[in-house]
Amino acid sequence: MYLKIEGIEKSFPHKEKGTVKVLDHINLDIEKGQFVSIVGPSGCGKSTMLYLIAGLEKAEQGKISINGKEVKGSGSDRVVVFQEAGLFPWLTVLDNVTYGLLLKKMSKKEAEQKAIEMLKMVHLGNYIDSYPHELSGGMKQRVSIARALVMEPDILLMDEPFAALDEQTRMVLHKELLDIWRKTKVTVLFITHNIREAVLLSQKIVVFATRPGKIKATFKSNDTKDGVMPNDVTLQLEKQILAELQEEIEKVLKEEMGDDYSFKTNSVSRDTSGDMGSHI
Amino acid sequence: MAIWEVTSRLSDLPDFMFPSFTQVMSTLISGLISGQILIAIGASLSRLLIGFTIASVLGLVLGYLIWRYKIVEDTLGFLVTALQSIPSIVWFPLAIIWFGLNDFAILFIVTLGATWTMIVNATSGFKNVPVLYQRVAKSLGSSGFHFLRTVILPASVPQLISGLRIAWAFSWRALMAGELLGAGVGLGQLLESGRALGQMDLVISVMIIIGVIGTIMDNVLFLRLERSVERKWGIRA
Ligand SMILES: Nc1ncnc2c1ncn2[C@@H]1O[C@H](COP(=O)(O)OP(=O)(O)O)[C@@H](O)[C@H]1O
Ligand SMILES: [Mg+2]
Repeated sequence: MYLKIEGIEKSFPHKEKGTVKVLDHINLDIEKGQFVSIVGPSGCGKSTMLYLIAGLEKAEQGKISINGKEVKGSGSDRVVVFQEAGLFPWLTVLDNVTYGLLLKKMSKKEAEQKAIEMLKMVHLGNYIDSYPHELSGGMKQRVSIARALVMEPDILLMDEPFAALDEQTRMVLHKELLDIWRKTKVTVLFITHNIREAVLLSQKIVVFATRPGKIKATFKSNDTKDGVMPNDVTLQLEKQILAELQEEIEKVLKEEMGDDYSFKTNSVSRDTSGDMGSHI
Repeated sequence: MAIWEVTSRLSDLPDFMFPSFTQVMSTLISGLISGQILIAIGASLSRLLIGFTIASVLGLVLGYLIWRYKIVEDTLGFLVTALQSIPSIVWFPLAIIWFGLNDFAILFIVTLGATWTMIVNATSGFKNVPVLYQRVAKSLGSSGFHFLRTVILPASVPQLISGLRIAWAFSWRALMAGELLGAGVGLGQLLESGRALGQMDLVISVMIIIGVIGTIMDNVLFLRLERSVERKWGIRA
């Protein structure tokens, strides 16, 4: 197995309770070149899982290994795309994208050449000398994707990268992401709380349960996708995933609003399922 | 200015106590031409520059240590907050005992005037660097000194500049106070000798110079610096 996650336990300090367990015994295997999504209610530990793989956080228990080699600390073989673009405002778009390349001891000329190529790929060739604040949200996110891809990572870790974008931009980026994935054969771990997004993009979908975060179910999705239009097969899958998630959503709502709350959904329609999925 | 001219001419005070506007201007211009005032400006600004540079470096280094190490924060951090409230001229008697009544003593209080503010601002600048930027940089492989140089420092620039601006104001005041009391060439000293010789026109000329330099530094240099960072970063419109 390429990326192997075994028995991960992770807690955070908590004001009243001392510590609170965020991830409980997570086991997950991901093949090289696979596109895997994690869905789950917010606060269930998805980001934490991703940061653990990225080496930005440390687990108390368990082991994460890539090609049999244990992950210790962050490294540019696994690059994260965050929900917010997180571009450095003091650097131009080009300098933002070459930032990681220059760390690899690449010459400035070569780095800039690569960065420009990648920026063209995300259709931002005309903005290399702009500063981040001059770009729209969608453009910023594309720069941050370019900044990650240009590193040619073995694993691309994406933490709700499109959540803050409008529907149209999101659709365009879905397609671009799939194109890039097919071209580069990069392994993608994609976090989202939007069920439809997960189904349309990925080959494998992992559903997280919450408090503590646990793997509740795993689904396989069909392999031919355009990343845009749902069809009967994907709608069916959305329905199944939503059914799994329903319980978790209820759990969260009950905790937040009191025990008498009951989350009512009994059917998933063609029009609303995507929305429902995105509002958990 | 017209009011000044008129009141001065009409008042009962003798000229040396309340000189007219034209008199002050002619002293100011002849002082500038003879070099007396220029030399004083040069001496004062070079003191300020040296003290300010030392303070900035100290502020950054100590700010870094406070940010980085909990134990330094608990000890030095606390001390700095306490010391910050002491106007730096209060240190002057101590400085005179340590260094004598000379340039060093003045430099000492000028540096001190800026240091506390720089430490406090550097610390809070470093502390407020968004976690997101830090994660991005680490994810791309940055660490150690590179991380400090390419993320922590540039991300704190806005706060560092406003720190510089406040620190400058403190050390500028400390400088004038020190020079007035102290020895050697300088604007403060010129002010003092103007008083001793009963040359009110010289005193007012120097006051004008001090005001002009203060305004230039604050409104031109620091404000520009702040604006240019804001524009580049897209903070504010
Ligand atoms: N640095 C931290 N310190 C304390 N608690 C944290 C920290 N990071 C995350 N948490 C908590 O861990 C839980 C999971 O967070 P996260 O992984 O961000 O969830 P998700 O990405 O699924 O929304 C949340 O309850 C959050 O409050
Ligand atoms: Mg998250």
